[in-house]
Amino acid sequence: MARIELNEVAHSYLPKPGRNSDYALKRIHNVWEDGVACALLGPSGCGKTTLLNIVSGLLVPSRGRVLYDGKDVTALPPEKRNIAQVFQFPVLYDTMSVFNNLAFPLRNRGINEAAVKERVLEVAEILDLTPFLNKRAAGLAADAKQKISLGRGLVRSDVAAILFDEPLTVIDPQMKWLLRRKLKEIHEELKLTFIYVTHDQVEALTFADQVAVMFEGEMVQIGSPQDLFENPEHKFVGYFIGSPGMNFLECTIEGNKAKVDGTGIELDEETAAKGRNARGKLELGIRPMYLELHADSGDGRVKAAVKGVEDLGSYRIATLMLAGQTLKARLPEDKPLPGGEVWLTFPPKWTKLFEDERLIQ
Amino acid sequence: MEKWPNNRAWLLVLPVFVIVAFSAIIPLMTVINYSVQDIFGPGQSVFVGTEWFREMLADKRLHDALWRQFLFSGLVLAIEMPLGILIALAMPKKGWAASVCLVTIALPLLIPWNTIGTIWMIFTRPDIGLFGAGMNDLLGIPFDHTDNWLDAWITVMLMEVWHWTPLVALLAYAGLRAIPEVYYQAARIDGASAWATFLYIQLPKMRGVLTIAFLLRFMDSFLIYAEPFVLTGGGPGNSTTFLSIYLVKIALLQFDLGPGGAFSLIYFVIVLLFSFIFYQALQRVGKGETV
Repeated sequence: MARIELNEVAHSYLPKPGRNSDYALKRIHNVWEDGVACALLGPSGCGKTTLLNIVSGLLVPSRGRVLYDGKDVTALPPEKRNIAQVFQFPVLYDTMSVFNNLAFPLRNRGINEAAVKERVLEVAEILDLTPFLNKRAAGLAADAKQKISLGRGLVRSDVAAILFDEPLTVIDPQMKWLLRRKLKEIHEELKLTFIYVTHDQVEALTFADQVAVMFEGEMVQIGSPQDLFENPEHKFVGYFIGSPGMNFLECTIEGNKAKVDGTGIELDEETAAKGRNARGKLELGIRPMYLELHADSGDGRVKAAVKGVEDLGSYRIATLMLAGQTLKARLPEDKPLPGGEVWLTFPPKWTKLFEDERLIQ
Repeated sequence: MEKWPNNRAWLLVLPVFVIVAFSAIIPLMTVINYSVQDIFGPGQSVFVGTEWFREMLADKRLHDALWRQFLFSGLVLAIEMPLGILIALAMPKKGWAASVCLVTIALPLLIPWNTIGTIWMIFTRPDIGLFGAGMNDLLGIPFDHTDNWLDAWITVMLMEVWHWTPLVALLAYAGLRAIPEVYYQAARIDGASAWATFLYIQLPKMRGVLTIAFLLRFMDSFLIYAEPFVLTGGGPGNSTTFLSIYLVKIALLQFDLGPGGAFSLIYFVIVLLFSFIFYQALQRVGKGETV
């Protein structure tokens, strides 16, 4: 178990990186406390796997240092780092039995056979693999295989952290749910540091205490799932998290109001004041679920046209046009939707202002 | 409505059928026909049943050639399989060096078989061959593949290994390149040694291509004819008379078509039987329950 620190880490796959865009990872500076369950969330190609491979030692970063409990391990290969990694596709030694698969990392480290047996049986019990111990690993289902990959990490009692690289990609939906719960249980039981890479926000938000959102080689925000939802610090976080993503409307500030093509939207004093001082491109952002729809006009309400409604079972998504810009609103299933024209309220508490894609704070 | 199948489509299969008939079925039937008759001349033949089969199965010289053949194929597999895998492991993974290696290694496979026999015959000649003269004159080791049976065997084995190990190496190389990088990453994280990585990742993942390599090398080495025929002609004495060389002697030099036909069929059945057994065995390696 360890506290993992990334000190000014950057990585490029090119031999002589020059421009900023040559870097797959651009300056990551971050600490994962011991025992945390953290998710790295981001779209494909944002550098999450690169970052994970740097933590495990499969890659040596172009710049910066990796520290485990304050000890510099940047130059150490993975086998010397006491790290475990579970990959996207289950990696098994298919000629071996499940028992031998689980015992493999211990035997490689020269641990005596009695201790190996004890530890393997213990881990197999945690992962519900006991009935399969004498079976050949190759014949098992994808979820059992992925549990074996995880088990090979868990058997090592000295493991500093377990890294997951989109481990549920090849698992059936219903098994996915079970396996995710199992991971959560194991984390609570063993208090290991888990770092979990995924592009699936549901997976990240349900699994982790702390989510780091990555975008184009940078960590744009680190926080609790709630934080990311309510206070996205970057336009990308607003857009990537939530279904559908946050609404963004280009605007200008006049007094306490944000003007969207002439339509004024009330902001709270503080936000408006900061917005008046901003020099960059301004955008107003609001989550679809916080938009309020009314059938008639009223104080502070703005008019919008309803373009379409999608029924998603437990809720509905309305597509609205406000002064030439599109908005999505999330409505409860039972609430009647006025057709044609609606009046919108932007609750000041949930109405955020972004300057050049970053939240004005 | 009843649907009428268009049976004219069968005509499309006809060309293939004709080719296969002329290249395989008719020759095979001819051989079977020969093997049950005693042929004195055109139009003069007597049905003799299984006499030729009984005669050939009891033939001492056929037994000797058969054991020789097994020894030869055994040595070929024992040397070429590990050597081919070693070469594949040592080859560069990518870049121009990989291309250069692949082409260089594949060269012996492109040379016609009897040319290979000729190359090695000259190469190992004790008077003018680079290898033969080098052994005799420079190193002072007497070496003459036309005179000494051991030297003849060494020469045939060297030639065979030089000629065919590249095939095993190329197949093994293809198998190695098909292993996803993530297996090696997992092995590093599990702290596996290079030997353990080979034993538990590379070897099992190469099983498919190695099975093919094994079967090809078994069949080809068991049927080998042109190279030893050119190199030693089966000698000295009968020391390199393999099955095919003995068969040609009976069927074409002595023109004993009946015994030759029976011999051919016995030969065919042996190759088929062993290929089947090997295939089944290799398919089973690493399957089923373990304790």
